[in-house]
Amino acid sequence: MSDLIGALHGIVGAERCLSRAEELFVYECDALTLDRATPAAVVFPHSAGEVQEIVRACRAHDSSFVPRGAGTGLSGGATALEGGVVIECSRMNRIREVDAPNRFAVVEPGVVNSDLSKAVARHGLFYAPDPSSQLACTIGGNVAENSGGPHTLKYGTTTNHVRALEVVLPDGELVRLGSATGVPAGYDLVGAFVGSEGTLGVVTAAWVNLEELPDGVETLLAIFPDVVSACRAVGGIIDAGLVPAALEIVDRRTIEAVEASVYAAGLPTDAGAVLIIELDGLRVSLPRQVERVREIAAGEAASGIEVARDDAERQRFWRARKGAFGAMGRLAPDLYVHDAVVPRTVLPEVLTAICEIADRHRIKLSNVFHAGDGNLHPNISFDRRDADERRRVEAAGAEILELCVKVGGVITGEHGIGTEKRDFMPLLFGPDDLDAMRRLRLAFDPEGVCNPGKVLPTPRFCAEANPHARGYDAVPIE
Amino acid sequence: MSAGVEDAGSRGAAPDEDAPEVWIRPGWEDVYRRSLDCVHCGLCLQSCPTYVETGREISSPRGRIYLMRGVAEGRAPLADTLVDEAFLCLGCRACETACPSGVRYGAMVEGARREIERAGMRAGLAHRLERFALRSVVPRRGRLRLTFDGLAVAQKLRLIELVAPLLPRRLREAAELLPPVPPRGERRRLPGRVPAEGPVRGRVGLLSGCVMQELFGRINAATVRVLARNGFEVIVPPAQGCCGALQAHAGEADLAADLARHNARVFADAGVDMILSNSAGCGAAMRDARDWISEEGALLAERTRDVCEWLDAEGLVAPLGAVPLRVCYDDPCHLVHGQRVEAAPRRLLARIPGLELVAHQDPGACCGAAGTYNLTHPSMSQAVLARKIAALSEADPDVVSTGNPGCLMQLRAGGSRAGLRAEVLHPVELLDRAHAAAPAPRPGNATYS
Repeated sequence: MSDLIGALHGIVGAERCLSRAEELFVYECDALTLDRATPAAVVFPHSAGEVQEIVRACRAHDSSFVPRGAGTGLSGGATALEGGVVIECSRMNRIREVDAPNRFAVVEPGVVNSDLSKAVARHGLFYAPDPSSQLACTIGGNVAENSGGPHTLKYGTTTNHVRALEVVLPDGELVRLGSATGVPAGYDLVGAFVGSEGTLGVVTAAWVNLEELPDGVETLLAIFPDVVSACRAVGGIIDAGLVPAALEIVDRRTIEAVEASVYAAGLPTDAGAVLIIELDGLRVSLPRQVERVREIAAGEAASGIEVARDDAERQRFWRARKGAFGAMGRLAPDLYVHDAVVPRTVLPEVLTAICEIADRHRIKLSNVFHAGDGNLHPNISFDRRDADERRRVEAAGAEILELCVKVGGVITGEHGIGTEKRDFMPLLFGPDDLDAMRRLRLAFDPEGVCNPGKVLPTPRFCAEANPHARGYDAVPIE
Repeated sequence: MSAGVEDAGSRGAAPDEDAPEVWIRPGWEDVYRRSLDCVHCGLCLQSCPTYVETGREISSPRGRIYLMRGVAEGRAPLADTLVDEAFLCLGCRACETACPSGVRYGAMVEGARREIERAGMRAGLAHRLERFALRSVVPRRGRLRLTFDGLAVAQKLRLIELVAPLLPRRLREAAELLPPVPPRGERRRLPGRVPAEGPVRGRVGLLSGCVMQELFGRINAATVRVLARNGFEVIVPPAQGCCGALQAHAGEADLAADLARHNARVFADAGVDMILSNSAGCGAAMRDARDWISEEGALLAERTRDVCEWLDAEGLVAPLGAVPLRVCYDDPCHLVHGQRVEAAPRRLLARIPGLELVAHQDPGACCGAAGTYNLTHPSMSQAVLARKIAALSEADPDVVSTGNPGCLMQLRAGGSRAGLRAEVLHPVELLDRAHAAAPAPRPGNATYS
């Protein structure tokens, strides 16, 4: 047993420290199975104090460390690239406090996203960010990745919902960032921390917003002959001044996979695409909005519109939408879930071009995405055992990202950079931008021990950076 | 994806996985094939009792699938961790209900257990005892009966309480779990054929089960009565045997296949429209038998129904009297996850006048019984049971209703230990009571009792 493992046993006991090779084997990747590395150990702290001790033990033994939630991330954020210690937060899963009158809760990082909404429902409240993996993913992971979800369109991503954080910094110090009021005094360090992908420290508690459950909800399902006409309808809805809670497009291939699964919701398998439109707000305001959506959809060649009759049917629509990624296992053994954002106005052209790229590389592409905020998820089904196919998948993926950046988009909407998009950062950022980010990271983690190898490209790659990168200033602010 | 990261990967000892045709560990082909359906999304995690309890990826369906695939591919060793995890799994299959990709996890774990058994990787007295019971007692009706006779005597003479302090903890707990063995009359073999009452609506076979008949003969009798009252002629072939479920779960695949083959023949000869089971575990095994024996298994799969599913589909015709009780229906895993029967028992119970169905937290979560799991893994079983008992205590019903012998025993033992006042009954027992309470049976009908 190495000294490090011995030290970890001293902190959490042997029961809460995994170090056998086969136990570590299953921690070699998260939901991105392409990038893999085996950690030195996996520890399960129960408290912030234990996290501090673990971090200090790692420092004392020259080991890096990686915080992990449920391992449902899609960009490799929880993979211990340099063989460090995985700090698994799943056991820190208490809701410390629910302050209903002040609309916030204090939760530990291992609390499962959907469990929080379930726990506060009796106060008429919910936690808004709802990634598709919300039945499994944790708030700690959501904070690290600044997770989104279908309802991001109206409610914003995780960063809009975190008021304060308790974190263990890479030197083992326990600090609190922000305040329970949500108003930072001084620099917005919570803003820096949310979405830092576990590179600035380990979250041990989060003060998060709770929203009031809407008075009324209407969920519509519009059926279109193809993805492009569905995209045009999305533009029409936004142009009409409506602010739906969600606008989600599901294409034919995805519908087929989902309808073959336990999450089947009766989506029409002969449709080219369906658009899920959710409207929420005061009940009296909804009928007019529903009418308006009907008109717009009909004007874009929708062949029909269904309205969820009750909450059960609405849940079915959402379960189908959220089970979509997993259902792709029906098409091929592996799935590469892409994530990029483009200006909503160019969605029809971009979708057409992406399909063309897929055809050219002979890859199996499906699209299921947050159309309202232009957040694309071109999903590529493949078999990792086929080297040639893997090369084509990677080439097509790179081309798709280049295309998205070219039309004014960015390379991730909600899944993070991790290992997956790291080497694409220069597409978007010049050397100075990347250097500024690196300096921010060093301010928290001067020795580079906290989730190393993520987000920022290696210096070698940086030197070969794309000279035509537009630089941060040129990124359109939406 | 970056090339650098690929290099940092841990696939040194692995066969070249770039080759489209990879090497697969002999015997693991079916496990491997099924593992390819998993895209590692993680939606199964929170459905898994052992993951919820431990938070360990290795104790989750996704982690076990990953490890099984690794073992099949030769990337991970066939070693103790897999043995531990394959048997720590309760086999509840809640992950299958959560899985959008349709991974047949239950079959994978049984495959892994089969290969673990074949490799002779389990040792110890407890394992030898279990294997002896599964091979030589459970499938032999005479020996099973003798065993329960012995138990009945021991219970009557309070022998068990006497020697309990001397027994190893596990055996002591096992003894506590057993309900009193019913008198021999109740364990008596059912008649081979019971005629329908009123107009005949069909001819069904009943799988009478092994433990079911010895410990819950009264449920079997109630099942026959309810079916007969509702117009079904019930055939209980005396030659039928054990369904093979416990053996399959324990990795005794060959024995399970033999048992299933035998039952397929017996029920085919019985000439019934449908084979009914009132034990969720047995029903699920019959329906999955196509994994063990292709041809005869397909017949079993097509022709087996749970008794509640059947009555719900065919409709109750006999009059129902009032049973004014508050009832929590708790889904047996192998009914809701193994057979995807969820609404039928609830619909049946809701038809009983005066009966109020009361909701409780996570009715589809495992109670920790899981066949012989509560004997082999008592501490995990108790932890899983504790959640169930907490949920039921909160709802505080008069009756907890569930349709599987293991769950009936587990909930009864757990409930009484926790001071739960609820009676634990099979749904057909409540139907039977409702029929008995009906004001005026239609004139001219004979009554089977």
